[in-house]
Amino acid sequence: MHTPNLSRRSLFGLSAGASAIALAGCGTAGPGAGGGGGDTATFWALSGQPNEGIYGDAVEAFNEQGEGTVEITFFQNDAYKQKIRTAIGAGEAPTIIYGWGGGGLRTYAEESQVDDLTGWLGENAAFRDGFVESVWGAATVDEKVYAVPLGSTQPIILFHNTKVLEDIGGAAPATWDELLDVVEKAKSAGVAPISLAGQSRWTSMMWLEYLLDRVGGPEVFARIAAGEPDAWLDPAVVTMGERVQELLEVKAFADGFESMAADSNTDQALLWSDKAALMLHGGWTFGSMKASGGDFVQSGRLGFSAFPTIEGGKGELGNLVGNPCNYLSISSSATDEAKEVARTYFLDGYMTQDVTSAIVESGAVPVVTGQDDALAASEDAEYLQWVYTSLQDAPAFTQSWDQALQPTVAETLLVTIEQLFLGQVTPEQFAETMNGTAA
Amino acid sequence: MTTVSPASAPARAQRPGRRPAGAPEPVQLSHLLFAAPALLFFTVFALLPLIGVVVLSFTTWNGIGAIEFTGLTSWKEALTRSSTWHGLWLVMLMIVATWLLQTPLSILLGTFLAGAQRYRNVLAILYFLPLLLSSAAIAITFKSLLDPNFGLASGLNIAWLAQNWLGDARLVWVVLLFIIAWQFIPFHTLIYQGAVRQIPASMYEAAQIDGASRARRFLSITLPQLKFTMITSSTLMVVGALTYFDIIFVLTQGGPGVATRILPLDMYLTGFRGNEMGVASCLAVMLVVIGLGLALGVQSLGGKDASASQMEGA
Repeated sequence: MHTPNLSRRSLFGLSAGASAIALAGCGTAGPGAGGGGGDTATFWALSGQPNEGIYGDAVEAFNEQGEGTVEITFFQNDAYKQKIRTAIGAGEAPTIIYGWGGGGLRTYAEESQVDDLTGWLGENAAFRDGFVESVWGAATVDEKVYAVPLGSTQPIILFHNTKVLEDIGGAAPATWDELLDVVEKAKSAGVAPISLAGQSRWTSMMWLEYLLDRVGGPEVFARIAAGEPDAWLDPAVVTMGERVQELLEVKAFADGFESMAADSNTDQALLWSDKAALMLHGGWTFGSMKASGGDFVQSGRLGFSAFPTIEGGKGELGNLVGNPCNYLSISSSATDEAKEVARTYFLDGYMTQDVTSAIVESGAVPVVTGQDDALAASEDAEYLQWVYTSLQDAPAFTQSWDQALQPTVAETLLVTIEQLFLGQVTPEQFAETMNGTAA
Repeated sequence: MTTVSPASAPARAQRPGRRPAGAPEPVQLSHLLFAAPALLFFTVFALLPLIGVVVLSFTTWNGIGAIEFTGLTSWKEALTRSSTWHGLWLVMLMIVATWLLQTPLSILLGTFLAGAQRYRNVLAILYFLPLLLSSAAIAITFKSLLDPNFGLASGLNIAWLAQNWLGDARLVWVVLLFIIAWQFIPFHTLIYQGAVRQIPASMYEAAQIDGASRARRFLSITLPQLKFTMITSSTLMVVGALTYFDIIFVLTQGGPGVATRILPLDMYLTGFRGNEMGVASCLAVMLVVIGLGLALGVQSLGGKDASASQMEGA
């Protein structure tokens, strides 16, 4: 009797994978145990320094004030993104939901999984006005605010290695032609022109975000994010793709960039080890380059500038793309007591003076107003003040595409972006594929 | 005592050993009790989720909202997507390639390690090591080793190692097959080692007296005697390849592009990244059906006669 035994075994193995999906389904029928019991609010946040230390300390300090207890648990970034969604679907979400605003928050809001905070913010106007105005956009869905800003602003910045640029006789590019010139000079000098961890996909996406802005202005993506019909078919999208092809043709990205992954920070290592001239990356890499790059930052070899403008393009030099900041929402399925603790925590515990100082110290710009003095006093004053000024002067701040768009579209976007950078799809095919997802 | 009513279950359980010796065994209460834990786990963790997935495949659900029954919509979507067929093709490729690569090597290694020499026991332990590592750890390690700038190539200063391992649609398959083989050959080697040791020494002795060469003995005794072991090992390999996920997920995320987006990975990404649980459930059902079909197919290769002896005097 071998057959039944084996089929049962294989059935078991196969259904293990399937069970993950089904268990997520079963969960909706289960009790809504969202949030902690009594006066405890649960809070899931991302692991990794410096944030883990900063938010962990803040929660500890709040708990000592006796206004309730916040229970914080840390998760690794990618794991968290999937876990939180499953948890929300299963009614097992923490009281305080950490997120990125934009498209993800919209799906939560549309399913009434997070509380509308508009009224509460109206009652606490002083709290609301304590944040930089531009960060509220990604927390707002259909005129209602569903999240409060957290942490630091992380625009995407064109970093460069001043020593390498000097050696090859180049300068930080302000125009597309200057960028191509730097690429040419770097290649003939035998260093990688641009460091890019292409395997991670969202890294390549940062190039597209700026290229589309500079070619067609911020309105093009604003229309895409708003879900307007055929927004992806804007001619600027194809031009953006052609610029990528142009970079690929001259081999502007480091050799083997398709195999480089951002999670091991090797793209940053290329820059700080003087092996690459340029790197387009999130502002958060400043802290890790400072920590890992020896004296790279301290000796002034790290340079930064705005993404170059493109001749004939509509986007201004000052336009930013990136992550306005992170956001915290309150789960609708939490108990009233837990929600009350969460709101108290927002008011009294989460973006305190200690937290903002710690953020500045880590080399980032907190999203609260009146930071000029703190930033000027920082040892990274030059960089931080530049970011803060850029943020305040930016005519437009476009949210990272994968966060601004609905998750379903974002997944297709990342795959298609990789194919574009591998030369597997043409700019026209890219535009058509993406337009298909919006339908 | 062929049937047992549930009401009498506790009473019977307290009186074991009443079965008359020698009689053909009818279904006994104790059998059911012994099977109960396994049956319970199987029902809760395999059958119920399976039913859940089948039900979900007729719905549209984004993972957090209401589950809507939409009939065959998800199935139509799943079956018309090019990614589904691409994923299916890749998973078939994966099954064939892993089998062709792993089976001969496992048999040879298993036969080699079945020898009684002490150094072979030491080697057996060394070969076994990769199996002790978690797939995620293996994937992360290889990802670092294969980094074009800071990986093995620059560490050992061997230029040809600096290939575009994870960025080239062909090379990435070489890498994947190698890593999977590296991880799982030890397991299959172990199965074959045990099986080879079961082969009666007298068969080899007889063959030796008849003047059979070493190769001849391997081909005419060892291989035929390993028939059922091969079926077991192949079933595990085929079904295993069908559910490969962790290594690929960590190493390539299905990339470059969609070059390694095999069906199980496509199912996961569709469900948990794309939040299309209905479509993902359709893919899951497809995987279960294909897996069962393949398992039964491999199984039937052994012939229906399970009582056919392979042992001495067969």
